[in-house]
Amino acid sequence: MATLWEGHDIGDVIATESVGITRNSLVRYAGASGDFNPIHYRDDVAKSVGLDGVLAHGMLTMGLAVAPVTAWLGDRGFVSSYQVRFTKPVYVPAEGSVKVSVSASLAKTDDPTDGLATLALAVTTEDGTTVLGKAFVVVSPR
Amino acid sequence: MSVNPELLDTVFEPTEPYVVGREKVREFASAVFATAPIHHDVDAAVAAGYSDVVAPPTFPIVIQEKTLQQLLSHPGAGIDFSRVVHGDQKFEYQRPLVAGDDVVATLRVTKIQSLGGHTMVTSESTITTIAGEPVVVATSTLVIRGEEG
Repeated sequence: MATLWEGHDIGDVIATESVGITRNSLVRYAGASGDFNPIHYRDDVAKSVGLDGVLAHGMLTMGLAVAPVTAWLGDRGFVSSYQVRFTKPVYVPAEGSVKVSVSASLAKTDDPTDGLATLALAVTTEDGTTVLGKAFVVVSPR
Repeated sequence: MSVNPELLDTVFEPTEPYVVGREKVREFASAVFATAPIHHDVDAAVAAGYSDVVAPPTFPIVIQEKTLQQLLSHPGAGIDFSRVVHGDQKFEYQRPLVAGDDVVATLRVTKIQSLGGHTMVTSESTITTIAGEPVVVATSTLVIRGEEG
Protein backbone atom coordinates (compact mmCIF):
# COMPACT_ATOMS: atom_id res chain seq x y z
CA MET A 1 0.00 0.00 0.00
CA ALA A 2 1.27 3.48 -0.84
CA THR A 3 2.44 5.65 2.02
CA LEU A 4 0.74 8.99 2.61
CA TRP A 5 3.94 10.73 1.47
CA GLU A 6 4.37 8.60 -1.69
CA GLY A 7 6.40 10.56 -4.24
CA HIS A 8 7.76 13.11 -1.74
CA ASP A 9 11.11 13.44 -0.01
CA ILE A 10 11.91 15.09 3.34
CA GLY A 11 11.86 18.85 2.83
CA ASP A 12 9.46 18.79 -0.12
CA VAL A 13 6.59 21.26 -0.01
CA ILE A 14 3.44 19.17 -0.27
CA ALA A 15 0.70 21.80 0.02
CA THR A 16 0.41 25.58 -0.05
CA GLU A 17 -2.44 28.02 0.45
CA SER A 18 -2.89 31.75 0.56
CA VAL A 19 -5.90 33.36 2.22
CA GLY A 20 -6.99 36.99 2.46
CA ILE A 21 -8.37 37.73 5.94
CA THR A 22 -10.81 40.62 6.22
CA ARG A 23 -12.83 42.01 9.13
CA ASN A 24 -15.70 40.00 7.67
CA SER A 25 -13.61 36.82 8.15
CA LEU A 26 -13.22 37.70 11.84
CA VAL A 27 -16.95 38.24 12.35
CA ARG A 28 -17.63 34.93 10.64
CA TYR A 29 -15.07 33.10 12.80
CA ALA A 30 -16.38 34.74 15.97
CA GLY A 31 -19.86 33.43 15.24
CA ALA A 32 -18.67 29.97 14.21
CA SER A 33 -16.37 29.51 17.20
CA GLY A 34 -18.20 31.44 19.90
CA ASP A 35 -15.11 33.58 20.59
CA PHE A 36 -16.55 37.10 20.88
CA ASN A 37 -13.53 38.79 22.45
CA PRO A 38 -13.90 42.42 21.26
CA ILE A 39 -10.18 42.72 20.42
CA HIS A 40 -11.19 40.85 17.27
CA TYR A 41 -13.70 43.47 16.11
CA ARG A 42 -13.13 46.77 17.97
CA ASP A 43 -9.99 48.84 17.38
CA ASP A 44 -10.59 50.93 20.51
CA VAL A 45 -10.71 47.86 22.75
CA ALA A 46 -7.67 46.32 21.05
CA LYS A 47 -5.68 49.53 21.50
CA SER A 48 -6.73 49.82 25.15
CA VAL A 49 -4.88 46.58 25.90
CA GLY A 50 -1.73 47.62 24.07
CA LEU A 51 -2.34 46.15 20.63
CA ASP A 52 -1.98 48.10 17.37
CA GLY A 53 -5.58 47.38 16.41
CA VAL A 54 -7.98 44.55 15.61
CA LEU A 55 -6.22 41.22 15.22
CA ALA A 56 -7.30 37.83 13.94
CA HIS A 57 -8.22 35.10 16.43
CA GLY A 58 -5.12 32.93 16.88
CA MET A 59 -7.36 29.91 16.46
CA LEU A 60 -8.56 31.25 13.10
CA THR A 61 -4.96 31.34 11.88
CA MET A 62 -4.33 27.88 13.33
CA GLY A 63 -7.50 26.62 11.67
CA LEU A 64 -6.84 27.96 8.19
CA ALA A 65 -3.19 26.84 8.30
CA VAL A 66 -4.14 23.17 8.47
CA ALA A 67 -6.81 23.32 5.76
CA PRO A 68 -4.37 22.74 2.85
CA VAL A 69 -3.05 19.66 4.69
CA THR A 70 -6.50 18.12 5.14
CA ALA A 71 -7.33 18.93 1.51
CA TRP A 72 -4.09 17.20 0.40
CA LEU A 73 -4.81 14.22 2.67
CA GLY A 74 -8.35 13.71 1.36
CA ASP A 75 -9.84 10.47 2.66
CA ARG A 76 -6.50 8.62 2.79
CA GLY A 77 -5.89 9.50 6.43
CA PHE A 78 -6.58 11.93 9.23
CA VAL A 79 -4.72 14.49 11.29
CA SER A 80 -3.61 12.72 14.48
CA SER A 81 -1.76 15.64 16.09
CA TYR A 82 -1.55 19.37 15.45
CA GLN A 83 0.34 21.97 17.46
CA VAL A 84 1.36 25.60 17.09
CA ARG A 85 2.86 28.46 19.04
CA PHE A 86 1.26 31.88 18.56
CA THR A 87 4.29 34.07 17.86
CA LYS A 88 2.97 37.33 16.35
CA PRO A 89 -0.47 38.90 16.00
CA VAL A 90 -2.12 39.02 12.58
CA TYR A 91 -3.46 42.57 12.32
CA VAL A 92 -6.49 42.93 10.08
CA PRO A 93 -7.19 46.33 8.49
CA ALA A 94 -10.69 47.85 8.56
CA GLU A 95 -10.64 48.00 4.77
CA GLY A 96 -9.05 45.46 2.48
CA SER A 97 -7.38 42.34 3.77
CA VAL A 98 -4.18 40.85 5.10
CA LYS A 99 -2.79 37.91 3.19
CA VAL A 100 -1.72 34.85 5.19
CA SER A 101 0.36 32.26 3.33
CA VAL A 102 0.83 28.66 4.39
CA SER A 103 3.45 26.23 3.17
CA ALA A 104 3.43 22.65 4.44
CA SER A 105 6.55 20.59 3.96
CA LEU A 106 7.41 17.00 4.78
CA ALA A 107 9.52 17.08 7.95
CA LYS A 108 9.66 13.47 9.13
CA THR A 109 8.37 10.05 8.20
CA ASP A 110 8.06 7.11 10.54
CA ASP A 111 8.41 3.45 9.80
CA PRO A 112 6.14 2.88 6.79
CA THR A 113 4.28 0.18 8.76
CA ASP A 114 3.09 2.90 11.18
CA GLY A 115 2.58 5.21 8.26
CA LEU A 116 2.75 8.45 10.23
CA ALA A 117 4.25 11.55 8.69
CA THR A 118 5.03 14.93 10.24
CA LEU A 119 4.54 18.10 8.23
CA ALA A 120 6.06 21.43 9.21
CA LEU A 121 3.95 24.51 8.52
CA ALA A 122 5.44 27.87 7.61
CA VAL A 123 2.76 30.51 8.18
CA THR A 124 3.54 34.11 7.27
CA THR A 125 1.78 37.39 6.59
CA GLU A 126 2.48 39.35 3.42
CA ASP A 127 5.26 41.39 5.06
CA GLY A 128 7.14 38.16 5.81
CA THR A 129 6.28 37.94 9.51
CA THR A 130 6.06 34.40 10.86
CA VAL A 131 2.80 34.27 12.81
CA LEU A 132 2.80 30.63 13.91
CA GLY A 133 5.92 28.98 15.28
CA LYS A 134 6.63 25.33 16.12
CA ALA A 135 3.73 24.44 13.82
CA PHE A 136 3.59 20.71 13.13
CA VAL A 137 0.89 18.40 11.83
CA VAL A 138 1.10 14.63 12.17
CA VAL A 139 -0.96 12.70 9.64
CA SER A 140 -1.94 9.09 10.08
CA PRO A 141 -3.39 6.56 7.67
CA ARG A 142 -6.90 5.41 8.57
CA MET B 1 -3.66 39.06 41.60
CA SER B 2 -1.39 36.11 40.90
CA VAL B 3 -2.00 32.57 39.79
CA ASN B 4 -2.67 30.16 42.65
CA PRO B 5 0.07 27.47 42.55
CA GLU B 6 -2.34 25.01 44.14
CA LEU B 7 -4.17 24.89 40.80
CA LEU B 8 -1.61 22.35 39.61
CA ASP B 9 -3.22 18.94 39.04
CA THR B 10 -6.68 20.34 39.69
CA VAL B 11 -9.29 18.41 37.71
CA PHE B 12 -12.52 20.22 36.87
CA GLU B 13 -15.97 18.70 36.57
CA PRO B 14 -16.82 17.34 33.10
CA THR B 15 -18.68 19.85 30.93
CA GLU B 16 -22.31 19.42 29.96
CA PRO B 17 -22.68 17.07 26.95
CA TYR B 18 -22.07 18.83 23.62
CA VAL B 19 -23.63 17.46 20.45
CA VAL B 20 -21.54 18.19 17.36
CA GLY B 21 -24.02 19.62 14.86
CA ARG B 22 -23.86 19.17 11.09
CA GLU B 23 -24.56 22.83 10.36
CA LYS B 24 -22.05 23.91 13.05
CA VAL B 25 -19.38 21.80 11.36
CA ARG B 26 -20.17 23.40 8.00
CA GLU B 27 -20.22 26.89 9.50
CA PHE B 28 -16.91 26.34 11.31
CA ALA B 29 -15.29 24.80 8.21
CA SER B 30 -16.32 27.82 6.11
CA ALA B 31 -14.95 30.18 8.76
CA VAL B 32 -11.49 28.54 8.66
CA PHE B 33 -11.43 28.35 4.85
CA ALA B 34 -11.65 24.54 4.93
CA THR B 35 -13.21 23.63 1.61
CA ALA B 36 -12.61 19.85 1.57
CA PRO B 37 -15.91 18.10 0.72
CA ILE B 38 -15.85 15.84 3.83
CA HIS B 39 -16.51 18.96 5.98
CA HIS B 40 -19.56 20.03 3.98
CA ASP B 41 -21.06 17.18 1.99
CA VAL B 42 -22.63 14.24 3.85
CA ASP B 43 -22.34 11.97 0.80
CA ALA B 44 -18.62 12.74 0.47
CA ALA B 45 -18.10 12.06 4.19
CA VAL B 46 -19.99 8.77 4.00
CA ALA B 47 -18.03 7.76 0.89
CA ALA B 48 -14.85 8.42 2.91
CA GLY B 49 -16.07 6.07 5.64
CA TYR B 50 -17.53 8.53 8.15
CA SER B 51 -21.07 8.59 9.50
CA ASP B 52 -21.58 12.33 8.81
CA VAL B 53 -19.66 15.50 7.97
CA VAL B 54 -16.18 15.61 9.52
CA ALA B 55 -15.17 18.50 11.78
CA PRO B 56 -11.95 20.33 10.81
CA PRO B 57 -8.95 19.65 13.10
CA THR B 58 -9.34 22.80 15.21
CA PHE B 59 -13.09 22.35 15.82
CA PRO B 60 -12.46 20.85 19.30
CA ILE B 61 -11.51 24.36 20.49
CA VAL B 62 -15.25 25.07 20.62
CA ILE B 63 -15.64 22.35 23.25
CA GLN B 64 -12.30 22.97 24.96
CA GLU B 65 -13.30 26.63 25.36
CA LYS B 66 -16.03 25.56 27.78
CA THR B 67 -13.39 23.98 30.02
CA LEU B 68 -11.11 27.02 29.77
CA GLN B 69 -14.02 29.15 30.96
CA GLN B 70 -14.26 26.89 34.03
CA LEU B 71 -10.57 27.45 34.70
CA LEU B 72 -10.57 31.21 34.11
CA SER B 73 -13.70 31.85 36.15
CA HIS B 74 -12.68 29.59 39.04
CA PRO B 75 -12.71 31.92 42.06
CA GLY B 76 -9.55 30.40 43.55
CA ALA B 77 -7.50 30.41 40.33
CA GLY B 78 -6.24 33.97 40.60
CA ILE B 79 -6.16 34.42 36.83
CA ASP B 80 -6.75 37.97 35.59
CA PHE B 81 -8.64 37.36 32.33
CA SER B 82 -7.67 40.74 30.88
CA ARG B 83 -3.99 39.71 30.99
CA VAL B 84 -4.39 36.31 29.33
CA VAL B 85 -2.74 35.62 25.98
CA HIS B 86 -2.96 32.30 24.13
CA GLY B 87 0.62 31.00 23.91
CA ASP B 88 0.54 27.45 22.57
CA GLN B 89 -2.13 25.07 21.39
CA LYS B 90 -2.04 21.36 20.67
CA PHE B 91 -4.55 18.69 19.71
CA GLU B 92 -3.95 14.94 19.80
CA TYR B 93 -6.68 12.96 18.10
CA GLN B 94 -7.80 9.34 18.23
CA ARG B 95 -10.08 10.23 15.32
CA PRO B 96 -11.76 13.35 13.94
CA LEU B 97 -14.98 14.59 15.52
CA VAL B 98 -17.97 14.01 13.27
CA ALA B 99 -21.46 15.46 13.32
CA GLY B 100 -23.63 13.53 15.75
CA ASP B 101 -20.86 12.96 18.29
CA ASP B 102 -22.10 13.63 21.83
CA VAL B 103 -19.07 14.58 23.92
CA VAL B 104 -17.94 15.88 27.29
CA ALA B 105 -14.64 17.54 28.19
CA THR B 106 -12.63 17.37 31.40
CA LEU B 107 -9.83 19.83 32.14
CA ARG B 108 -6.75 19.14 34.23
CA VAL B 109 -4.09 21.74 35.02
CA THR B 110 -0.78 20.09 34.08
CA LYS B 111 1.84 22.80 34.47
CA ILE B 112 2.31 26.21 36.06
CA GLN B 113 5.53 28.01 35.27
CA SER B 114 6.81 31.53 35.92
CA LEU B 115 9.11 33.16 33.42
CA GLY B 116 10.23 36.75 33.21
CA GLY B 117 7.35 38.11 35.26
CA HIS B 118 4.76 36.13 33.30
CA THR B 119 3.00 32.97 34.39
CA MET B 120 2.26 30.13 31.99
CA VAL B 121 -0.64 27.83 32.81
CA THR B 122 -0.90 24.64 30.77
CA SER B 123 -4.06 22.58 30.85
CA GLU B 124 -5.24 19.42 29.12
CA SER B 125 -8.88 19.05 28.18
CA THR B 126 -9.77 15.44 27.44
CA ILE B 127 -12.76 15.13 25.13
CA THR B 128 -14.60 11.82 25.17
CA THR B 129 -17.96 10.63 23.93
CA ILE B 130 -20.61 10.28 26.61
CA ALA B 131 -20.07 6.51 26.23
CA GLY B 132 -16.45 7.05 27.31
CA GLU B 133 -14.61 6.74 23.97
CA PRO B 134 -11.58 9.06 23.94
CA VAL B 135 -11.58 11.31 20.86
CA VAL B 136 -9.18 14.20 21.34
CA VAL B 137 -6.97 15.79 23.99
CA ALA B 138 -6.65 19.57 23.61
CA THR B 139 -3.75 21.25 25.40
CA SER B 140 -3.47 25.01 25.83
CA THR B 141 -0.78 27.12 27.36
CA LEU B 142 -2.15 30.45 28.52
CA VAL B 143 0.31 33.23 29.28
CA ILE B 144 -0.80 35.57 32.06
CA ARG B 145 1.20 38.74 31.54
CA GLY B 146 2.85 40.25 34.60
CA GLU B 147 1.45 43.38 36.25
CA GLU B 148 4.09 45.63 34.68
CA GLY B 149 3.60 44.05 31.21
